[in-house]
Amino acid sequence: MRRVVVTGMGTVDPIGNSVTEFRDALFAGKNGIGIITRFDVSEYRHKVAGEVKNFDAAERFGKPFARKTDLFTLYALAAAEEAMQQSGIAGTLDGERLGVCFGSGIGGIETLMQDHQNLLEKGERKVSPHFVPKIIYNIAAGNIAIAHKAFGPCTAVSTACATGTTAIGEGYRTIAHGYADAMICGGSEAAITPLCVAGFGNCQALSDSNDPETACTPFDKRRSGFVMAEGAGALVLEEYEHAVARGAQILAEIVGYSATCDAYHVTAPDPEAKQVARAFAEALPEGTDLAKVYVNAHGTSTPLNDKTETIGLKRAFGAGAAKLHISSTKSMTGHMLGATGAVEAIACVLALQNNTVPPTIHYSEPDPELDLDYTPNTAVQTELDVALSSNLGFGGHNAVIAFRKV
Amino acid sequence: MVKEKIIAMLAEATDTDASEITLETKFADLGIDSLDMTEMAMDLEDEFGIEFTPSPELNTVGKLIEAVEKLAAEA
Repeated sequence: MRRVVVTGMGTVDPIGNSVTEFRDALFAGKNGIGIITRFDVSEYRHKVAGEVKNFDAAERFGKPFARKTDLFTLYALAAAEEAMQQSGIAGTLDGERLGVCFGSGIGGIETLMQDHQNLLEKGERKVSPHFVPKIIYNIAAGNIAIAHKAFGPCTAVSTACATGTTAIGEGYRTIAHGYADAMICGGSEAAITPLCVAGFGNCQALSDSNDPETACTPFDKRRSGFVMAEGAGALVLEEYEHAVARGAQILAEIVGYSATCDAYHVTAPDPEAKQVARAFAEALPEGTDLAKVYVNAHGTSTPLNDKTETIGLKRAFGAGAAKLHISSTKSMTGHMLGATGAVEAIACVLALQNNTVPPTIHYSEPDPELDLDYTPNTAVQTELDVALSSNLGFGGHNAVIAFRKV
Repeated sequence: MVKEKIIAMLAEATDTDASEITLETKFADLGIDSLDMTEMAMDLEDEFGIEFTPSPELNTVGKLIEAVEKLAAEA
């Protein structure tokens, strides 16, 4: 197996439209959740979300392209561009050795709704010819490949809320096993739409609170559901020797990845968390000092997730779980669904680079059942060695990835 | 009428100055592919009350205007 490192990162998310903005907000504990502005929520039960702010697609990509491209792809392209810029890899390798593994949990749902309305109201002839290439969830990956002339393996994964983590993990394996020398990996989502808010709401996944300061309270006794969010995260992964040879700035190394499945229920996690535990245990390199590990938990703020994830950590690491520095950055961003794993991977790398554990904000009422160190409300400075990013999706998908300082 | 309208639509769709679009301008040079053309045909149908299916032969602005004018006259 070849070594794989991170040499570039990019993001558009509810607390930052660049990695620098995201980093500052992340360590300051900034709340990116607010009342939904995309559509009129006055008649909706659930009214809050983590929206991307000040993203002018027409200015960034030109009006013609922005019009025929769904927002989830535009977020993806913005994140990938930033990651490629930072890596400086363009022109240093044959495009046939550069690949893409980029996913989305839902795809172009806003476009889907619009064209479905066109079909019902105006008939078959008024469904846009751009409809299909706008909505298919692999099209972010396809567009990233076009933008960066990546002729290597180009795939899209969709593991619901674990998508971003799975995409990075599979991209890592693609390089480790020699199929590419660099991969642009990540996930994007733009699903803050009436249909998704109603759908996630009715499947009892969303928070009962419409107060942006109490809607998302991971690991807190008051937690009642997640808060939908949107955005994108992208990483440039690169084979270690290639990065060293070109003098690239190495941000972190990927030292573990595990993908497991609960195979239990479509939405509910297995209460015993056996497969979550296995994912954690497999991803963390043997011999790691648990006191120097940051766990960026899935931490959605649903009653079940935060409980089973805690059980999973204890099952994986025993009494040592108490030493882990854990936080849920979803407390700040909300849950970006397919993008969340990618943005949280960036949070992990930033935590390692800065020896700083980002906080779980909105934490005030401890849950007696959840007794690990969730880094309440304020970032913590501490020497870190490894960061784990965990994401668990509808379908029972569990994905954990491990980053280490180089 | 048809000519002015089509040129205005093309200018808007491609973010191009209308003065740069002539009858000889090729759609390929405006970055318009067959999907874009089909999308524009939908707008032309609404605008002129016609039923219009674009074909690859209509590859310049002038040819498109001619075809639409013919259909509009028959409508």
